[in-house]
Amino acid sequence: MFAKAITALAALCLLSGGALAQGGAKPTDPQIAHIAYTAGQLDIEAAKQTLEKSKNKDVRAFAEDMVRDHTAVNKQALDLVKKLKVTPEDNDTSKALTKQAAAKRAELAKLSGAAFDKAYIANEVAYHKTVDSALENTLIPSASNAELKNLLQTGLKIFQGHEQHAEHVASELK
Amino acid sequence: MTPMTPGRTGLVAVALLGLWFAPAHAETIHVTIENLVFTPTEVTAKVGDTIVWDNKDFLAHTATATNNDWNVVISPKQASKLELRKAGTFDYFCRFHPNMKARLVVTQ
Repeated sequence: MFAKAITALAALCLLSGGALAQGGAKPTDPQIAHIAYTAGQLDIEAAKQTLEKSKNKDVRAFAEDMVRDHTAVNKQALDLVKKLKVTPEDNDTSKALTKQAAAKRAELAKLSGAAFDKAYIANEVAYHKTVDSALENTLIPSASNAELKNLLQTGLKIFQGHEQHAEHVASELK
Repeated sequence: MTPMTPGRTGLVAVALLGLWFAPAHAETIHVTIENLVFTPTEVTAKVGDTIVWDNKDFLAHTATATNNDWNVVISPKQASKLELRKAGTFDYFCRFHPNMKARLVVTQ
């Protein structure tokens, strides 16, 4: 299972990196907005699966935090794209993220109890790490609109906080 | 056999603490939370003072003492307060975003 998670993560890094590096072109603001929004939605879906399956108090509290925070961030993102009259544009990175998340959801669906909790939290650590590095290295430097860049920077701090929070929950599960 | 002395000491300590509960000049000290940062990062206050955390963010945060003495939830765009009842140096953080850290020094 561990090896599987690493493989999925490596694939995600390659896919997102590959898609972002495609033809050396930087993602455009409409694409960046789509990627950031998608990343948030996928984490909300993962949390909802957890709220259906997990009975662990700390894991459920973490999942509730993810739903609340990512819903709040995505609301800001939607308000901003509306204000800027930008239409988020689907792209290979968003598609790759969605595909990977669906595969992970299917994998987690087969687990239950402590095995599920551990796998969910381990994936949350890995997922936030991947999104943080995409934000830091690609999305923030590529964003041309100052307000979008600003929201992504706030998003990075939030996601880094989630990563630490997930690491803390993971250490409690051991 | 009965450990009377520690009990009495405890009572005296509680009584003494009570004397400090109504200081003449209790102050309200504001800490702003903006963009996932507590400002100022370190605040000095006295027992009896009140700390008000003003949350300017669109996210919920907490001010949680690392020693678990207190835990204050601050809703988005709202303020929450805490009356200081105990002296000490309290490192605190946001439970939802543990990368947010600050310190509260409470003197008698």
